[in-house]
Amino acid sequence: MEDSTSPKQEKENQEKLGEARRSWEGKTAASPQYSEPESSEPLEAKQGPETGRQSGSSRPWSPQSRARTPLGGPAGPETSSPAPLSRREPSSTPSPPAPARQDLAAPPQSHRTTSVIPEAGTPYPDPLEQSSDKRESVPLHTSQSERNTFQQSQQPKPHLCGPRDVSYNNAKQKELRFDVFQEADSNSDCDLQLPAPGGSEGAPSMLETAIQNAKAYLLKTSSKSGFNLYDHLSNMLTKILNERPENAVDIFENISQDVKMAHFSKKFDALHNENEMLPTYEIAEKQKALFLQGHLEGVDQELEDEIAENALPNVMESAFYFEQAGVGLGTDETYRIFLALKQLTDTHPIQRCRFWGKILGLEMNYIVAEVEFREGEDEEEVEEEDVAEERDNGESEADEDEEDELPKSFYKAPQAIPKEESRTGANKYVYFVCNEPGRPWVKLPPVIPAQIVIARKIKKFFTGRLDAPVISYPPFPGNESNYLRAQIARISAGTHVSPLGFYQFGEEEGEEEEEVEGGQNSFEENPDFEGIQVTDLVESLSNWVHHVQHILSQGRCNWFNSIQKNEEEEEEGEEEDEEKEEPDYIEQEVGPPLLTPISEDLEIQNIPPWTTRLSSNLIPQYAIAVLQSNLWPGAYAFSNGKKFENFYIGWGHKYSPDNYTPPVPPPVYQEYPSGPEITEMDDPSVEEEQAFRAAQEAVLLAAENEESEEDEDEEDDYD
Amino acid sequence: MDADSLLLSLELASGSGQGLSPDRRASLLTSLMLVKRDYRYDRVLFWGRILGLVADYYIAQGLSEDQLAQRKTLYSLNCTEWSLLPPATEEMVAQSSVVKGRFMGDPSYEYEHTELQKVNEGDKVFEEEIVVQIKEETRLVSVIDQIDKAVAIIPRGALFKTPFGPTHVNRTFEGLSLSEAKKLSSYFHFREPVELKNKTLLEKADLDPSLDFMDSLEHDIPKDEETGAQRVKPKDTVSVKVLELHSSGMNWIVK
Repeated sequence: MEDSTSPKQEKENQEKLGEARRSWEGKTAASPQYSEPESSEPLEAKQGPETGRQSGSSRPWSPQSRARTPLGGPAGPETSSPAPLSRREPSSTPSPPAPARQDLAAPPQSHRTTSVIPEAGTPYPDPLEQSSDKRESVPLHTSQSERNTFQQSQQPKPHLCGPRDVSYNNAKQKELRFDVFQEADSNSDCDLQLPAPGGSEGAPSMLETAIQNAKAYLLKTSSKSGFNLYDHLSNMLTKILNERPENAVDIFENISQDVKMAHFSKKFDALHNENEMLPTYEIAEKQKALFLQGHLEGVDQELEDEIAENALPNVMESAFYFEQAGVGLGTDETYRIFLALKQLTDTHPIQRCRFWGKILGLEMNYIVAEVEFREGEDEEEVEEEDVAEERDNGESEADEDEEDELPKSFYKAPQAIPKEESRTGANKYVYFVCNEPGRPWVKLPPVIPAQIVIARKIKKFFTGRLDAPVISYPPFPGNESNYLRAQIARISAGTHVSPLGFYQFGEEEGEEEEEVEGGQNSFEENPDFEGIQVTDLVESLSNWVHHVQHILSQGRCNWFNSIQKNEEEEEEGEEEDEEKEEPDYIEQEVGPPLLTPISEDLEIQNIPPWTTRLSSNLIPQYAIAVLQSNLWPGAYAFSNGKKFENFYIGWGHKYSPDNYTPPVPPPVYQEYPSGPEITEMDDPSVEEEQAFRAAQEAVLLAAENEESEEDEDEEDDYD
Repeated sequence: MDADSLLLSLELASGSGQGLSPDRRASLLTSLMLVKRDYRYDRVLFWGRILGLVADYYIAQGLSEDQLAQRKTLYSLNCTEWSLLPPATEEMVAQSSVVKGRFMGDPSYEYEHTELQKVNEGDKVFEEEIVVQIKEETRLVSVIDQIDKAVAIIPRGALFKTPFGPTHVNRTFEGLSLSEAKKLSSYFHFREPVELKNKTLLEKADLDPSLDFMDSLEHDIPKDEETGAQRVKPKDTVSVKVLELHSSGMNWIVK
């Protein structure tokens, strides 16, 4: 079996091209019959180097050829079969000589491998050579060294050149034929074509036919997708062997799907537009700008230095404390907000700035900054109020001009309560919002009492767009920016607290105590504040005070008496008549004065309005006191004795134990005085009309008769 | 959140403002590991935190091999010692649905609820006021159960079902692309399906029985454009947050 005469090689090369393939396939296919685990090893090894060495080979048929190895039929009763058989045994037990031999045979595969030259290939019998031609080297790279040693041990090298060349040529011929063969095979719906030389060997066995039929079936292309099962299975096995997932059998179907999908995705890649402007990229661009703020054109270097200390709050420090309490945004986001605030303070003339909090919305969130402008620098919008007043005057004049044909409605719209001046009451601070750090800051308009009053009655989620309309009942006068501002005002008034003594009242006294606009509304920091023990802060709520004015139910902080103005108007416009049902006296609304301790806050259904905690029970000496509001879930305040800060993060709604129900519309208003002009009556029916007419005629007749009688009387008198 | 990837998940969830203080985080990591070992769970998830007036409850859930099976719920007040909660029954849920208001924070606290019950005594039927005591623990169990049923979601493809029944984590799941992640249809309710049988045959034909065996989020009511029951919101990074508005506090992060 180890004959290596060249003529025999040639003859056998020609003859056994197809057969050798079969025989080789048979060999390898039968190897599983021998011992499965061992055969799997050579298979794996085959396919391992297979994938790595596909440099020279084209794709379509290499998997086929490779995959063909397990499916080749066993060698029939051929003369070469004992040789393969005997060789098979050593191959299944990976003993060094056999693999080495196979490796030596592998070199002749010049058409597969790039560099191997069959040096010692000739000593081997043709079948081996041929078979090794087709096979893509069993444990080739694993036993490269063996091959090398073996090659070295080969003595008859020089004289092998001749036969080697011949065999090389033969190999090439085989290669050509094999290519043709395989390409023919790669077409669909063809049985395995047994080449003529192969057919001359003898009738193929039943088993072999069956195997070939099975293989033909597997090679059948699906009419839907153009794949065939053979390719698919080989791709899948390749993938599994490459990736080696655990419990591959459990996820087998998924791998199958992935392989199928991979086919498609390749085709689409060519058409797919790679340059997607994902929204994430845009946001990243904007945020990058934040980080590049280093170069400031020197507007007023001195001023900036002056203000730089006051204006920008130390957001990171507050964030650290809040994190102890378990509240806050992540560190990255906080830092970006910090930079955004810095940008804000640089572009606007701001005296003081504070990170108020974050309000969550459906589509986007709001980051809110509380800002106090420098003296005289804020831009006021006084136009709105004037316009409203003019409109009222215009309407009253129009009423007077009309004659009294139409019934006059005595409905008077309640006078709009004017908003508070800036820097006082609810408009003490100006608020800026942005959706993401990096986006431009937008200033929120000042809040009007009517907005606060209605905001108390509705509950809407924020969408994240400032110009979104707020559709509700009672109708909200404004869009989302107004609603946002109103909620911010309510939250600030309800939850901004500070430790007792941190703020004290200003030195001015006595002026405003008589007037209706009561209460002190100015305070300043107490320079002598010494701090309160953290434990005290936690135990008792009276150590905390509100430092924002309470908003009355009117919607303002300072009471506005609408009657006074009405009296003035009455004097001016005396044509307006009676029947005004206004009360002569409206009770002044009083709220708790500034700097009231929060222990005075009202409870909701037996729930205390505030919850106090220590930030950590494990290390009490460095813990901080944390206040959570139960009235406005999401409002937090912390203090470590000396420092304090307020923060809000949430949806912007007040807590209510029941679900929200919109208020019922009021009953229909009696607008017009009821009189005959507008009282509804039924139209007279036909009989009534006739009766009426008859009565009228009767009266007329009677009148005429009387006249005629009188005339007759008078005439008689004359006679 | 898986106990293994707790820190990362917390960082991602921080956008809504709720986080954990460092000592809680540290104690969570260690104690969850111990819970996993002691109870022999396959995976331990940190479910979240329920705020109470006096104290907060920290809730964790343990899963066995089958992902859809009933989960064991544990609670702790200090993130170090965990106690097992009984599984929720319908009776519990019905009973605690009458309790409103905040949680107290004390598991042995009892809510009192007066009910009018008709009592038959002989021929007379009159109503008596009966005060029913409901333990906070019961309420806790039922609330967690309700939130899970309503809101627990999972992206499509993360679990798959084998013919033998148990559901497994799909290890070939690589995540959703950004466009897929924005659609509500790529998420399912993480519970036994309720509506699946009501689908028409045409719809069912499109489904893949190994992946689509739970209710999709698409058909949740209200379907109103403005106030969707579930909202998908892309965050500034690659992640996507799904907010459930009804309970206003449940966030799911998909990265």
